[in-house]
Amino acid sequence: MDYFTNLTLNGVAEGAIYAALALSLIIIYQATRVVNFAQPALALIAAYIALTVTTASGSYWLGFAAALVSGLLMGSVTERLLIRPVQKTSQLSAIIITLGLLLLLQGVAGMIWSNEPHSFSYPMDFEGRFSPADIFGVAAVLGTAMLLFALYRWTPLGLRMRAAAAHPEMARMLGVRVGLMLTLGWGIATVVGALAGMLAAPPFVYPNVLDSVFVYGLAAAVIGGLDNPFGSLLGGFILGISLSFVSGYLGPELMPLAALIILILVLSVRPDGLFTRPKARKV
Amino acid sequence: MASSQKSPATAAGPNVEEAARGSGGPRRLAERWRTLPMLPRHLIAACAAMIAVIALTSITDPGANLRLASIGFYMLAIAGLGILIGFSGQVSLGHGAFMFIGAYSTALFVIHMPMLPLWLNLALAVVISCLAGLIIGVVCARLHGPYLAGATLALAVAMPALANRFSDFLGGPNGLSFVMRGTPPALSDMVSNTQWQAWVVWLTVLIVLVFLANLSHGRLGRQMRAVRDDETAAALSGIRVARVKVTAFVVSAGCGGLAGALQAYLLKTATPSTFAVALSLSLLAVLVLGGLGSLWGALWGAIAMVYVEEWGDSLAHALTLDTNVANNLPHVLYGVLLIALVLTWPSGVQGILRQLGNALRSRGHSGNGTTSVPSTQQGK
Repeated sequence: MDYFTNLTLNGVAEGAIYAALALSLIIIYQATRVVNFAQPALALIAAYIALTVTTASGSYWLGFAAALVSGLLMGSVTERLLIRPVQKTSQLSAIIITLGLLLLLQGVAGMIWSNEPHSFSYPMDFEGRFSPADIFGVAAVLGTAMLLFALYRWTPLGLRMRAAAAHPEMARMLGVRVGLMLTLGWGIATVVGALAGMLAAPPFVYPNVLDSVFVYGLAAAVIGGLDNPFGSLLGGFILGISLSFVSGYLGPELMPLAALIILILVLSVRPDGLFTRPKARKV
Repeated sequence: MASSQKSPATAAGPNVEEAARGSGGPRRLAERWRTLPMLPRHLIAACAAMIAVIALTSITDPGANLRLASIGFYMLAIAGLGILIGFSGQVSLGHGAFMFIGAYSTALFVIHMPMLPLWLNLALAVVISCLAGLIIGVVCARLHGPYLAGATLALAVAMPALANRFSDFLGGPNGLSFVMRGTPPALSDMVSNTQWQAWVVWLTVLIVLVFLANLSHGRLGRQMRAVRDDETAAALSGIRVARVKVTAFVVSAGCGGLAGALQAYLLKTATPSTFAVALSLSLLAVLVLGGLGSLWGALWGAIAMVYVEEWGDSLAHALTLDTNVANNLPHVLYGVLLIALVLTWPSGVQGILRQLGNALRSRGHSGNGTTSVPSTQQGK
């Protein structure tokens, strides 16, 4: 029973990370209909910047702040320079651009910080069952989700961002600066991605550290349904807990296979994710 | 892309008249070439390519032969992915998984049933990967865009993990290594081992490419494009959408599996790290780099796949860079190349060449030369 509780709590902590990454993918998907494959690389660079700032200043939280700010900047710049030009062309172009950015940024990270792992500190004490670090992670992700919900639901800015994503031309007619809103969406999403990176990177950071987390994050987003942020949160936790059980009872090598099976099972019943209302597709 | 939907017969129409009017040897030859039926045209092209490969291997060193053979099997994998993405419009991020299946089934057959001849071994690998493609295709037929991408990405991650889980059967992280016969003894004086391997790989690849070229020009290819452009309209005109999508998956899985099998034949090992997610993503990347919707694009993509990394390495050596920079230079180059190409020329290398060809042709003789060009692009 104790083992079971341990696995569950571990799964919740891992699930929070998947949920954060899923959330960052969904914000971008809702704003610009692009799945951002560069997300792990952007989060990686943010984590490395945090590492550098932390090493230089000695303060973990200064590094944390630096990661979030750099995430905001990188996301905005990416949207503005790389995604905007191909927005009107096929979906595949945007996918390829983000894949190219993934390769480029991981390579650049290796060039600057080398491919060797650097030790990366936890925000708090990480020992024991559901340690303060785990609690911090879950709280940070849930808090971020609530903040985002409030932003999108109750503020004029959020309304503008939703309008820009849903009906760009109508929004533009009403005086919303659509381009700025989409850029901001990417920026916010990358901040969330940077948060996921900060939570996922410890104990070691190296250029490919976030790859598997990204795959699970995408799986979580797909399980939850790409049109539903709450679905992605739930999807993250569901996936985190199930994978923790698989890893604990059957062996960690089976985690990717289990993720595939869960994904296939969910999608064969609900092809648009668990929490998306089925609707007729536009032709 | 739009013009490639014309069937070859109608596209060749204006050319026939033009040929009757036109004079001059090479041009008439070109026109006659275009009016040939599909199968002989593709077969002749394949024979020419095979002769070119044999000629190339006779003047190059063993390392270059291996690279040439690598271009062959990568071209096959990329062409298969091109059928799936360029023709049926399903974006798969898990093509490497089928290469994994092909490579590992070849390895297992060689180890456990060494008496099988090579061709049967390859055929069985194709059958197994087609079956895998059928299963995945049936499961994924209802999925769209990012959902399909997510599911296939999970597939690409899960497959290599299998090898690590069942390490006594699949060899774990070190993979399986095995011995295969090289050049037949009768020829071993004249033909080196790597030459023979390159020939075998390219012969197989060209046979399948002829099949793919016919398929993409024929009825199934048109159905796939119809499904890609508008599923509802395709269903209305009597196409069974789900069946076409699954068929595309099976064909592409078979190509991927055969490519993996050829890779295993070439390298005599199958290791899980070869088939990491990076492989699947690179296949997709070079497919777009080469140009979607044409088998020529697959060739340029395969060349990029084999050579960009090598050029990156030699560039790093030439500049005597710091090791951190040198190790990562190929990736950075790749990324920059992809982004730059998609931003400036989304139709890929083949698109650039096609435009160049059009420009030359329309300068050569003014008028309707440009309209009929795309039908010849897939002639391999």
